[in-house]
Amino acid sequence: MANESHEHPNYMLIFWWLLGLTILEVMVPVVITASVPKIALLVSMAVAKAALVALYFMHLRFEKSMLGVIALTPMIICAFLLFMLMPDSSWRWIG
Amino acid sequence: MSQAATAGHGAVDTYETPLTPESWGKLGMWIFLAGDAMSFGALLAAYGAYRFGAADWPNPGDALGITLTAGMTFLLICSSVTMVKSLEAMQAGDRPSAIRFLSMTVGGGIIFLGLQAYEWTHLIHEGMKLAENAFIIDGNGVVVGNLVHGDQVGPGQMIGNSLFGTTFYMTTGFHGLHVFSGVVYLSIVLIKMIGGSYGPGNTNVIEIAGLYWHFVDLVWILVFTFVYLV
Repeated sequence: MANESHEHPNYMLIFWWLLGLTILEVMVPVVITASVPKIALLVSMAVAKAALVALYFMHLRFEKSMLGVIALTPMIICAFLLFMLMPDSSWRWIG
Repeated sequence: MSQAATAGHGAVDTYETPLTPESWGKLGMWIFLAGDAMSFGALLAAYGAYRFGAADWPNPGDALGITLTAGMTFLLICSSVTMVKSLEAMQAGDRPSAIRFLSMTVGGGIIFLGLQAYEWTHLIHEGMKLAENAFIIDGNGVVVGNLVHGDQVGPGQMIGNSLFGTTFYMTTGFHGLHVFSGVVYLSIVLIKMIGGSYGPGNTNVIEIAGLYWHFVDLVWILVFTFVYLV
């Protein structure tokens, strides 16, 4: 049971996606200077890359859903933490 | 006492539920990684709170070397690929390839640590320390000079926030510690693999070690974006 092998994804295809997104990420700050679109694009690409690593390299896509719940929990808590800290840093923009 | 209770006393429960994991070791590693992810989440959230609350934050693209760290990111992605290739090779019974790919993974981790040490040394010489900052910036955070190079703070310019170095070294240092731990962990797995401890039907330990290494790669993807690019 412990050694059931997963369906193997095409790891090299994931690698090329990760490499392509990394090259695009490095180009974004050079091409886009406006902060909101730049941050939105960079964060989207980073989340996409992290999802590719978790889903395919860490095999989360092929695991039982409980492991997905364990993996999602810290993300939800960290997102909550981020919103909790926002008022502390927003004084610069509103004050 | 019922027959079931008598018979079951001291016996291992063999019933499976939808929550029973494929491997308890893998479940343990995922729970550890979830806790570890919260540590990194706290560091990155603190970084965000300090950065967006400060008007004197240097532009990371000017102060830090993006080219080197992009190379380091590429290196970690490559090492993740060699890690899964090692597992795949062992599952297929190809031990020499599994050993070769795992050696490449360990080598990638060691080179990453060397590059990080080089980067830190360079930045410390540039006056960016744990609680000091020598970068001179204009009102938009663009680095226009450095106190270490003898530059003076001109009109409309200021010295960058000292928390820039604090958050940088804490976050990248915590990640570097994980890379170091990963190199030690994978080296032990490699030694056992060379010794013949694993085979096509016994790859669970390699997969669990791989989970840790991919997590280190995943976190770097986020650190690279938030600390260097944004």
